[in-house]
Amino acid sequence: MDMQFRDEDLAFQAEVRQFIGENLPTDLREKVQCGLHLDKEDYVFWQTKLNDQGWFAPHWPVALGGVEWSPTQHYIFQNELVEGYCPPVMPFGVRMVAPVIFTYGSAEQKQRFLPGILDSTAWWCQGYSEPGSGSDLASLKTKAVRDGDHYVVNGTKTWTTLAQFADWIFCLVRTSGEGKPQEGISFLLIDMKSPGIEVTPIITIDGSHEVNSVFFTDVRVPAENLIGKENEGWTYAKFLLLFERSNSLTGSLKQQLHRLRGIADQEQANGDRLSADPGFAAQLADYEVQLRTYEFLELRTLGNPNPGAEASYLKIIGTDLQQLASELTLGAVAYFGNPYIRDALVHGYNQPPVGPDYAAPAAPQYFNYRKTAIYAGSNEIQRNILSKAVLGM
Amino acid sequence: MDFSLSEEQQLLKDSVQRFVRDEYELESRRKLVASDTGYSEENWAKMAELGWLAMPLPEEFGGIGGGSVETMVLMEEFGRGLVVEPYMSSIVIGGGFLVAGGSKEQKTELLPKLAAGELKLAFAYAERQSRFDLNDVECKAEKSGDGYSISGHKGVVFYAAAADKIIVSARTSGGSRDADGITLFLIDNNSSGLSRRDYPTVDGLRASELEMDGVAGTVLGDVGGGAALMDEVVGLAIAAICAEAVGCMDVLQETTNEYLKTRVQFGVPLSKFQVLQHRMVDMFMECEQARSMCYMVNLKIADEDPTERAKAVSAAKVQIGNSGRYVGQQSVQLHGGMGMTDELHVGHYFKRLTMIDTMFGNKDHHLKRYADL
Repeated sequence: MDMQFRDEDLAFQAEVRQFIGENLPTDLREKVQCGLHLDKEDYVFWQTKLNDQGWFAPHWPVALGGVEWSPTQHYIFQNELVEGYCPPVMPFGVRMVAPVIFTYGSAEQKQRFLPGILDSTAWWCQGYSEPGSGSDLASLKTKAVRDGDHYVVNGTKTWTTLAQFADWIFCLVRTSGEGKPQEGISFLLIDMKSPGIEVTPIITIDGSHEVNSVFFTDVRVPAENLIGKENEGWTYAKFLLLFERSNSLTGSLKQQLHRLRGIADQEQANGDRLSADPGFAAQLADYEVQLRTYEFLELRTLGNPNPGAEASYLKIIGTDLQQLASELTLGAVAYFGNPYIRDALVHGYNQPPVGPDYAAPAAPQYFNYRKTAIYAGSNEIQRNILSKAVLGM
Repeated sequence: MDFSLSEEQQLLKDSVQRFVRDEYELESRRKLVASDTGYSEENWAKMAELGWLAMPLPEEFGGIGGGSVETMVLMEEFGRGLVVEPYMSSIVIGGGFLVAGGSKEQKTELLPKLAAGELKLAFAYAERQSRFDLNDVECKAEKSGDGYSISGHKGVVFYAAAADKIIVSARTSGGSRDADGITLFLIDNNSSGLSRRDYPTVDGLRASELEMDGVAGTVLGDVGGGAALMDEVVGLAIAAICAEAVGCMDVLQETTNEYLKTRVQFGVPLSKFQVLQHRMVDMFMECEQARSMCYMVNLKIADEDPTERAKAVSAAKVQIGNSGRYVGQQSVQLHGGMGMTDELHVGHYFKRLTMIDTMFGNKDHHLKRYADL
């Protein structure tokens, strides 16, 4: 057993830090640091920088644009980006659909779709959930009927994150009503410019527009956009969900803690810093211990080629901690969590803040983070997976 | 011992329920929240007409002379409707201050107007450094001629824009966190030297930042005796807001229960899953505990022993904080993605419950206060 980073890992860490220092503009870092709204251009700018360096798709096969890093280096890389306040990489193309394409897609599909994902000219979104199919994803009803060399798609997808920016959507569609629900699902890539697609915003409780409903009415999709075999989409879907769930959260949790500490050092309580208040200090320490536990839990899973069960418990514990940090932050700003000035969450708002400048995102973030225990398979579903797959119940 | 409502109280409850049903469809509330003032003057006039504004005020000054149970009944139903009219800031708190600390002249002049809906009040207490300590006051009041001149900043003053007069805590003597030396003042909202920055809050209410530079103020209560007065009136406010929270929680519990019975996944309603049944039972138990503490504080709020009263207030606020957190969070969770939408009312109740914990000191604050009492 050994829990030290090796010298080459530390050198790699320094290299990543230097890259961030040289390439991330100050105003973009500030936007991320202050939890302000990011535009599509912000994401694309940073993803392009990473790609220029050859670091945008490190987990891909080397021949396709990946990097030969050890699991530790992947881990360091992900967390350095987060701790350095880089804009998050949008996962839908590079982390989600790309592995499906390069694992199950045809040579033509790889050639056609992977370059656009790498250079961020194609923005992808995920067409999984439907109004009637949330936790029970396999019950999905969006229908694709073969008509010559096309599929005709009808149905509704929902909770589609940032579909308003998307060029492509990868969809689970029903191609057969025979057998078990899982057996009639196919994995289809659909051009968002196709006639018959309508995107409508869903405003969430924090007032933001992240998710959408996507309606399909007689949308004609070339049959060549089918991934793998018809009716075998469930296999690809599950493969993708593992990637969705196995995102490292240590870096972003540390960032939340760092921000919270900063706030607790500036807020006052009883004529002293809030961080000196014994009650609050104990809560902070408790959170930090839980974060440390999570970090080492995550480190233990590094390099596991089959992160099934770990992905589920890391998702549960990690999202609990994301929510807890946002709750402590809201508690720290006390009355100044109340004001809701929409424009204060956008970069370049030039009025003085109401109360301290760090207070404005506290409540919206707390509200928004309730989603983390719901998305990517609710935490209840993750517990079902664990009890079945690990405990054999 | 009897926890049932009297006939009059039941009639009051029925009438508020009717009001909420008629005026507080989610869509109507959405429009109010988005309007210029953030509430409805017509609703306010209706509340005056129905006698609700007069309810907790003494009969000799145009009031009805209701007690904390009447206020509880009103506030619980307001909670069920997520009512946004400034009843808490203007009547419970503003009226509470006038009743508890106003001079005969102030009462004679202001209370009948308050009861008739012709006057609104707000209470400015929070400061940048004060956190939840009502006695952490840096605003200063200096003698100036017959009256006082107030300077300093007050933050997150609920419904200040709607108010004709604002009650402000300011220091007339002592150090910045001394309980002694705080005085309450009435200031006019259009006073010279007062500037206001108005904004909506995350849960659909309105509030303002106040900047005061030599604003003329009239003393309310005893000079230097503001701490005791605030303690008394904020106690009333906490008892009332507990009832509002109970109303919010009940709606969430009922709505979530209904949702689990109708939402089908894996071929059965969600309510068939044992893990969700237990979660619902826990929510139900939280609601019952919250209601119990809400009754307790509203029956104890008139207790003569200030320590007993303070303990009741803090204990209730802690329980409401815990229950509200659980019920609010779980309601969103059990609604899944739908619970995250602005479209459903679940999220709006969740947000209100979240911010109720912040009001007049959160759970942590009151736990510490309880331990210190």
